[in-house]
Amino acid sequence: MSALIQSQANETFVLNLGPQHPATHGVLRVKLTMDGEYIVEAEPVLGYIHRMHEKMGENRTWAQFLPNTGRMDYLHALAFNHGYVALVERAAGITVPERAEYLRVITTELNRVSSHLLWFGAFILDLGGFSPLLYAFDDREHILDLLESVTGSRLTYCYFRFGGVYNDIDDNFVPGARAFIKRLRERMPMYHNLVTKNIILMKRLQEVGPISAEMCRKYGATGPVCRGSGINFDVRKHEPYSIYPEMDFEVPVYEQGDSMARYMVRMDEIEQSLRIVEQALDKLPEGPVMAEKVPKILKPPKGDYYHAVETARGSFGVRAVSDGGNIPYRLKLRSPTFSNLSLFGEACRGMLLPDALALMGSLDLVIPEIDR
Amino acid sequence: MSDYLKEIISGTWSLFVGLGITIRYFFQPVVTVQYPHQTLPMTPRFRGHTELVPDPESGGPLCIVCGMCEKACPSNCITVRGEKREGVKGKVLTEYTLDFTRCSLCGLCVESCPVTPTKAITFSRDYNLAGVSKEAYIFDLKKRLEAENR
Amino acid sequence: MHVDPEILRLVAFLVGVIAFAALNAAYLVWLERKEAAHIQRRIGPKEVGPFGLLQPLVDGIKLMTKQLIVPAGVDPVLFKIAPILVMVPAIMSFVAIPFSDTLVARNLDLGLLVIFAFASVNVLGLLLGAWGSRNKYAVISAARVVSQNVAYEIPMLVTVVTLVMISGTMNLSEIVGLQMGGFWHWNILNLAASPLMPVAFLIFFVCMLAETNRAPFDMAEAESELVAGAFTEYSGMGFGVFFMGEYANIVIGASVATILFLGGWDCPFGLFPGVHWFLIKMYFLIFTVIWIRWTFPRTTFYGLLNLSWKILIPISFVNLILTSAMLKVF
Repeated sequence: MSALIQSQANETFVLNLGPQHPATHGVLRVKLTMDGEYIVEAEPVLGYIHRMHEKMGENRTWAQFLPNTGRMDYLHALAFNHGYVALVERAAGITVPERAEYLRVITTELNRVSSHLLWFGAFILDLGGFSPLLYAFDDREHILDLLESVTGSRLTYCYFRFGGVYNDIDDNFVPGARAFIKRLRERMPMYHNLVTKNIILMKRLQEVGPISAEMCRKYGATGPVCRGSGINFDVRKHEPYSIYPEMDFEVPVYEQGDSMARYMVRMDEIEQSLRIVEQALDKLPEGPVMAEKVPKILKPPKGDYYHAVETARGSFGVRAVSDGGNIPYRLKLRSPTFSNLSLFGEACRGMLLPDALALMGSLDLVIPEIDR
Repeated sequence: MSDYLKEIISGTWSLFVGLGITIRYFFQPVVTVQYPHQTLPMTPRFRGHTELVPDPESGGPLCIVCGMCEKACPSNCITVRGEKREGVKGKVLTEYTLDFTRCSLCGLCVESCPVTPTKAITFSRDYNLAGVSKEAYIFDLKKRLEAENR
Repeated sequence: MHVDPEILRLVAFLVGVIAFAALNAAYLVWLERKEAAHIQRRIGPKEVGPFGLLQPLVDGIKLMTKQLIVPAGVDPVLFKIAPILVMVPAIMSFVAIPFSDTLVARNLDLGLLVIFAFASVNVLGLLLGAWGSRNKYAVISAARVVSQNVAYEIPMLVTVVTLVMISGTMNLSEIVGLQMGGFWHWNILNLAASPLMPVAFLIFFVCMLAETNRAPFDMAEAESELVAGAFTEYSGMGFGVFFMGEYANIVIGASVATILFLGGWDCPFGLFPGVHWFLIKMYFLIFTVIWIRWTFPRTTFYGLLNLSWKILIPISFVNLILTSAMLKVF
């Protein structure tokens, strides 16, 4: 490849895709070396909204860091909450009441559906289709209303607490969630007819932007990206946490590795998440939503802890080192999109600009999570 | 050749299906709310900025100036000041400032409040928050409470 | 003083045509926004005037009061002349369009040729503007526009040649005159001439979308890929004139499709032909153009060329051969 670049050195030009570009969904900059409309080399440039979340973690108490987690991936804030809360519970040895675990799973999965719906809309928008975005937002709005009625907030929920959840659901939540599941199941065929089966979309996604399983392993890609390349890995199944082992759901895996495979993985995941929510609503036990003995000032014993959860974009891991104090000694956040983005440079080599943007859209980037 | 024709026909059909879906929505009623003219009811659990809770009898703040919320706040945006007064048990609140420019609406302050049975701070339902100066968002909650009492 | 009535007639038509083009350009923006909104189950513009009908006026004022930024390093002549190069040919084409048997600015014998000649100049305007604005996105867009138009003029013209063979004339009024007397006489259903006529109409319509750079073939603008493509560096009324040119081109395209395939001002049931039928058909086609834009994702560049070279051109040639055979036999 390098020989190719050199021989064309005076025929290529550099195109700055971003930091303000409609397709980068935020402030990501990709430095593209182009030969006409073909990409010779792509280099993602990160850090435009770096907020030092890891360093902030070393400067505040365990509880005070909690709101930060939702700010990283604002589209699937509850999963990030879940990862951090579960880590601290593991470190401090807190057992969570069963009802709280069920509520965590219900709200996290609803949030996952809302994240995938937003991705769906934004992805089709990247491909130039406008209306599906608004239809997806119409559905997403119902989830946000549901979650707002429980958590009091629409985007950065901060609903989980060490030892449980912030407050119990109200009477309208269960029927509301059931009504939503019914509604979305009725809407899914419409999405497939309007978008998935559309010949233009199929031509744009099939066999475009192939990512091999090998490449996924090399860069540590997780979530729908690796499942679209035939790697069956889902933290919910393979390192089960919370009540996921009791749930009956499938992990959609597609072998092709193209943008269409990643698209289909997410569309199938919406249905699987609905299944999980439905089962959890059926089994939802009575009881307290908060563990009884949670110390006001939390001091986890000295040690090194790790917990991973499956977010809408892949595996989110938190590693914390405690020196026995009320402040984490070190907090390391492993965010999925960072790894997923890092394979973009290799994957889009030799592609046309519109195809590369379809590939980038199919990676489902959330920039604040990459920059943390 | 037959594959070629089949793809053309199925492809064209998929386009007409899509057009059928959008035209159906075209004739269906709108779902959006025309915000300044119409508003949706707020959920009772809405987490806005904080507000002091008045004592139902005296109308003064319930706050006991323990400083728990000040300590709990991740963004250091709460300042609570109080003083000892003759003939009054505990401290009397003299100042409660919320620097809303830094607040992340996490609700840890309300959760940490030890006052029973009703907490001394609560969430306001105020979401129409827009202004032209930064200073307008450094709320003096004690003044707001007094203004409400009047 | 004696003035030749022909000159008066010309002046009146010139003013009329420009007013028609400008009004259409302004109100098609309104129609586009309203239609898009209702497809997406929103209301769309509604604050300015009843149903937001004064919105185009306000938009126009906004565009006119904005500063015309000429970025450093652009070719000032090309940069400024390009919007006009897009707008003027579109308005010029209106001269040849017969809205009814009496309402036509200039009844040209080669009216069809005039319109297609002017339609090609439009591409030149986009190319020069994009090249002159010294922007990489714009240059990519310019390259796309040119090859897109080269690819799409072939099936379009082949289809038009088919029609000219059927009609035996390039005079637009005469082409419509041959289709009078109800919808079964229209060229779209002229199955006696060629059983592929409805397909030919589809091909013409698709090519018209591509010619006017409308979605799903809006490769030149492609806002999620090329920011705004050829218009990236334009601001204020420079952008506004481009925009009006685009909409005027859509009106021209819809008018030509109406004349060639849908019988122009003919009533579908053979009663009361007149300009109102022309406008109804034309606006229905424009409605469809907008409807398509808000339904489909954008094609890629090679997908568009594949469609043109592998599907549209072969089919239009098959249609041409079939038609000439049918004309010879019957």
